[in-house]
Amino acid sequence: MTSFLRPLFLALLGCTGLSLSAQTLLVYADTLHTMAGPSIKDAVIVISDGKIVRAGPADSTIAPRIGRVIKAAVVTPGLIDAHSVLGLSGQLNQPHDQDQLDKSAPLQADLRAIDAYNAREPLVPFTRSLGITTINTGHAPRALVSGTTMVAKLHARTADQDVIAPQKMVTVTLGQSGIPSDNATKGKAPGTRPKSLAMLRADLIKAQEYTDKRATAEADKKPARNLHLEALARALAGEQRLLINAQRVVDILGALRLAREFDLDIVLDGAAEAHLIIDEIKASGFPVVLHPTMARAAGELENASMETASKLQAAGIPFAIQGGYEAYAPKSRNVLFEAGVLVSKGLTWEQALASITKTPAEILGLADRIGTIESGKDADLALYNGDPFEYTTHCTGTLIDGEFYPGETDHL
Amino acid sequence: MLIHLSQVAFACAVSATLLSAQPQAFVGAKLLPITGEPIEQGVLLVEHGEITAIGPVADVQIPTHAQHIDVTGKTIMPGLVDSHSHIGGWPGFNADNSEPVQPELRALDGIDSRDATIQRAQAGGITTANLMPGSGHLISGQTVYAKLRDTNTVEGMLITLPDGRMAGGVKMANGTNSLKQAKYAKFPGSRAKSAALVREAFIAAQEYQKKIAAAEDDATKLPARDLGLETLAEILAGRRTIQHHTHRHDDILTVLRLKREFGFNVVLQHVSDGWKVADEIAAAGVACSIIVLDSPGSKLEARDVAWRTGAVLEKAGVLVGFHTDDYITDSRFFLRTAALGVRGGMSREGALKALTINNAKILELDDRIGSLEPGKDADFIVLSGDPLSVYTRVEQTYIEGQSVFDLSDPNDHLFAVGGLGASAPTQPYLCCYTTQIDFEHNH
Repeated sequence: MTSFLRPLFLALLGCTGLSLSAQTLLVYADTLHTMAGPSIKDAVIVISDGKIVRAGPADSTIAPRIGRVIKAAVVTPGLIDAHSVLGLSGQLNQPHDQDQLDKSAPLQADLRAIDAYNAREPLVPFTRSLGITTINTGHAPRALVSGTTMVAKLHARTADQDVIAPQKMVTVTLGQSGIPSDNATKGKAPGTRPKSLAMLRADLIKAQEYTDKRATAEADKKPARNLHLEALARALAGEQRLLINAQRVVDILGALRLAREFDLDIVLDGAAEAHLIIDEIKASGFPVVLHPTMARAAGELENASMETASKLQAAGIPFAIQGGYEAYAPKSRNVLFEAGVLVSKGLTWEQALASITKTPAEILGLADRIGTIESGKDADLALYNGDPFEYTTHCTGTLIDGEFYPGETDHL
Repeated sequence: MLIHLSQVAFACAVSATLLSAQPQAFVGAKLLPITGEPIEQGVLLVEHGEITAIGPVADVQIPTHAQHIDVTGKTIMPGLVDSHSHIGGWPGFNADNSEPVQPELRALDGIDSRDATIQRAQAGGITTANLMPGSGHLISGQTVYAKLRDTNTVEGMLITLPDGRMAGGVKMANGTNSLKQAKYAKFPGSRAKSAALVREAFIAAQEYQKKIAAAEDDATKLPARDLGLETLAEILAGRRTIQHHTHRHDDILTVLRLKREFGFNVVLQHVSDGWKVADEIAAAGVACSIIVLDSPGSKLEARDVAWRTGAVLEKAGVLVGFHTDDYITDSRFFLRTAALGVRGGMSREGALKALTINNAKILELDDRIGSLEPGKDADFIVLSGDPLSVYTRVEQTYIEGQSVFDLSDPNDHLFAVGGLGASAPTQPYLCCYTTQIDFEHNH
């Protein structure tokens, strides 16, 4: 695209012979949305060693005179997808690149995303090229308890290099979405909603008992280690929240009931019918990782509304927008697009951007590192040649921990 | 648009024909005629379901008895034409798994005109759509080029051609979808077998044509009627166009090879790898109806689908239309498809044409729809702003001068944004009820 406002690289080495202070980087933005305060015109972000040193108006912010310079019309925090299957569910949709679901048992909290995450999956750089820098990725629906998510930066190196939280949340799916479609005909459990809840409650009770026995029993009487129950035990202890996918009202209420019974700290996921029970969700205090706005409005999402986000916002319920899981085309949804279309559906521009930056960082418990552009945080930025949400704008690059990656040019 | 109880009494008192008989003047909007230059402040004059005049406010004579509709600040463009969609209850009008070649099937016999997906398409500004069976079959049946009118019957959606036939094409497909059906007995196991089966079918149709010609006027010599061969013979006679699903570049070239052998009219559908073989497509003089997806992949043959496809084909001189393939993309985001085409390098003018007049040409209906011109059907949409902006909303949709969608109406709003009941089929046409109480009493 000739119309691109391409990032400008000014190599100033050689003119002074000085070695640059370690990895100093200056990002100039015509408009900077820090998400930690009002937007700033003609701003600069000073980056050193992969961290943001300071950010502010270019004419009043102390910045080194030398360093690599990148310019962009608009800069936002690197975008965050609060629930993705990226790296587990590959673009080819063939058995060899689909690790987002294991059907061998209905409850498997011990399956770790990090053991499946393919950092070199082509959809990883594709997603990054639109401004996404961090994902909470893991297992997909169709199992009651499908595994444990990880939070990764989209460097596209290796799972171990890119992970920033190896065991973030345990993924649970209630309702028909959590029941394999052939269970009913094969007489397999779970086959219904109450059976799903009964099985989940039974395993949470087992995890409680397991924890007690492991802690109190004599060494020779301790129960053998059980990875699944250990993961559930961490959920019970609040160390790994349950990310409970519940689209229908009945399933959202089921999740809230479960949380009350076991004093669980949960995150509601999907929540297509949340707009019908805003008060109950508000009273629970739990955040929502909302379904993609353009998700197919069919099946358990038949009553999904593009105005749910604005209703959550009005009620003061924290929410993030997710890319989620798609079995078929488009294989991967991008939170930049899913949030952008909400602006004409009752959200303000800033609220839409918050749902893919600041709020998911808070929901993931990583607000000290990512989600806003502030001194001391990771240098994760998304660069655009115009309004990030406009359909015809281009992402001109991203920074992750101060590393520059190209924008969408290669994918157009 | 649902029929509203509050309007029932009114509708009973004032017949629909009387309403449409009064000319309507849409005054003050920015008009995008598509086949002409934009008009900053224009008048669109509509009468008897047709556009009777279009031009700048100063130039259009508005009849004194016309109804004035102030649309200052809005943008009006032709109703969107979707050249590939599965709205209207697709499972009900798809072919079955008994065999891969089923040209005798008519989508007509399975379309549900009251399916909620049609209301959503109206909310997306779509006024005409090619309702397609398939694509798990080599030949999956006859498609319907439908006007998305508010109607209780599929017949109410049909477009009658000058020769009395109903407008529609034939859906075909190659590549992996039909190969995945190889678990069923008669389906192909390879690409070469797929092409062989299609060639056999068309050769049989040629023989069928010859027998009919040889019989001349002697009915006793006519071959027994064969609904499938009749349909294929229509294609060979140039009376029906093939709408051909094809993704990978070699599959695209196979379609062009078969076109050379049999001389049929064909439109390439999806065309994921079209950017790799744009010159070959251009040389064949074949139009493309393309999809734009948010990410590449989902199956092997769509691995390389890219936003650049529209741009590359446009530059090669190929006639390009967009489609939703609804439910693959949601009809409510059809304008967005064109905007992503522009993001991928297409011209703005080309992208808007690809939503309207180019698709009208692809469906061979460009004498009636696809642009704002006097004499054409009054199919148009009223937008809150620029058609390619994320912030723009479709506010109203008109088909033949009749409003079928109005965002300010709560029922239509539900279909536009979703919510409880947004997937329910439309209510029956309440011609015979006069009040809300009457309606509730009877239900």
